[in-house]
Amino acid sequence: MRYSIIDTGESRSFPAPHALTQGATAGGDVVIVIGAGVGRGLAAVREREKKTAVVLELGTECLGVHTGEARGAEGSNVLGFARFRLGNAEPAKLVELVKQPGTNPAALAAAKAVFEDAGLTVAVCNDFPGRIVDRLIRPYLNAALRRLDEGLASADDMDATLRLGLGYPEGPIALLERTGLAAHFDVTQALYEALGDAAYAPARRARVARQRA
Amino acid sequence: MADIRTVGVAGCGTMGAGIAIVAARAGFRTLVHDTRAEALAQARKQSEAFFAKSVERGKLKAGQVQAILGNLVGTTQLEDFRACDIVIEAVFEDLKVKHKLFAELNGICPPHTLFASNTSTLSITEIAGGSGRDGRFVGMHFCLPAQLMKLVEMSPGLNTSEASFQAAWDFCKALGQHPVKTQDSPGFILNYFLIPFNNDAIRLVEAGVAEPAEIDKAVKGAMGYAMGPFELLDLVGMDTQLLLCEALHALTHEPRAACPPLVRRMIAAGRLGRKSGRGFHVYRDAKMFGA
Repeated sequence: MRYSIIDTGESRSFPAPHALTQGATAGGDVVIVIGAGVGRGLAAVREREKKTAVVLELGTECLGVHTGEARGAEGSNVLGFARFRLGNAEPAKLVELVKQPGTNPAALAAAKAVFEDAGLTVAVCNDFPGRIVDRLIRPYLNAALRRLDEGLASADDMDATLRLGLGYPEGPIALLERTGLAAHFDVTQALYEALGDAAYAPARRARVARQRA
Repeated sequence: MADIRTVGVAGCGTMGAGIAIVAARAGFRTLVHDTRAEALAQARKQSEAFFAKSVERGKLKAGQVQAILGNLVGTTQLEDFRACDIVIEAVFEDLKVKHKLFAELNGICPPHTLFASNTSTLSITEIAGGSGRDGRFVGMHFCLPAQLMKLVEMSPGLNTSEASFQAAWDFCKALGQHPVKTQDSPGFILNYFLIPFNNDAIRLVEAGVAEPAEIDKAVKGAMGYAMGPFELLDLVGMDTQLLLCEALHALTHEPRAACPPLVRRMIAAGRLGRKSGRGFHVYRDAKMFGA
């Protein structure tokens, strides 16, 4: 499938050249807008309605911020996406593809195909703060930091337990050290504000790291 | 502290039989007790099959297996545990049942014998309180299946002596296991993190964030986990997840530990997981299809 890319500046999903960015052409039925200024990028898409799909890179915001919402029936050929990434670590091969209740199925299928053809794994989700993975792992990471403070076990023993007991490639403390406690603070704080759930309230160690950064 | 040579495993269910395999394989004389002779006989057969496979896979030599099986003795007589230097309890998760067993063992075993419990949901201090020897009592939580999983969560009770904990720790290493030290706190480490994590995943489905198969794909793709939360939940079973939630939430009152309503509806609908052919995914002939 032919697709074009509108680059609006520093992209968290594609900080370095990737099969997806390299496979873009001048025209095409799908437009992918990457970078920090996707709002501007969306406005710059010519004859937007005639495209099969327009896919916007999202940060922690919802797709509805860019498209507007209409009493639970919103949805069009405009979708959102983010490649999962912890802090400044290399982005994962996972792309979360965001749809709305009224999203055109052909638009969803076309967007999915573009990402998969570039070697990425696509998980489809609805338009909620934190999408799937951040929404799921931030409470777990906050709990790990809190329990470390409470003396449940040493950092090494907590990490070893999750690795040996569940086969995780890395325990929570090592993961946060590698990818940045301050970066965790930023994401979990944004989700705490959006969801109002205490499980997302940044753990003390994340707040300290942010204050020192 | 006397050397540990003879190990008693009380309870010959899946956990007990697995722990007995670990102890016998590490060269300890191992007695396994169960009141049900048929449970002992079945475990014996399964142990023989397990060791035969270990030989096939080159993990053990045929000659070693005979010695290991010679070290592994089943008994219906609890009195036989008077020969044990440590007893690991793996009976039903009920405080009264465990207190009764340990009180009996306290009368049978010599004073130096260490007591250990494989409980996953009860407090070590509470079990130790009814054992008659809370100073020589430790938590040793093995993972299922014990004969394959290296992790053992070890916790001292409030009155456990440092020497007893150290002796049990050294024994755990001599078993060839990987001990980690944790407070005697609900769920220890593994279940404290896992049960709420799985509940959070279920709540994502309840909230309509994404389909279970998409969530599994996302978690595996983003985090490199071998299984997604719903693949794991289908293995655990909704009935078991409910029991785990009830145990953890009753002790912690943490909202994430509370059982999501969808679990009860799935139990009512017969969607228990792999064992009933359908949970969050559909299974046919043990093969998985997305649901």
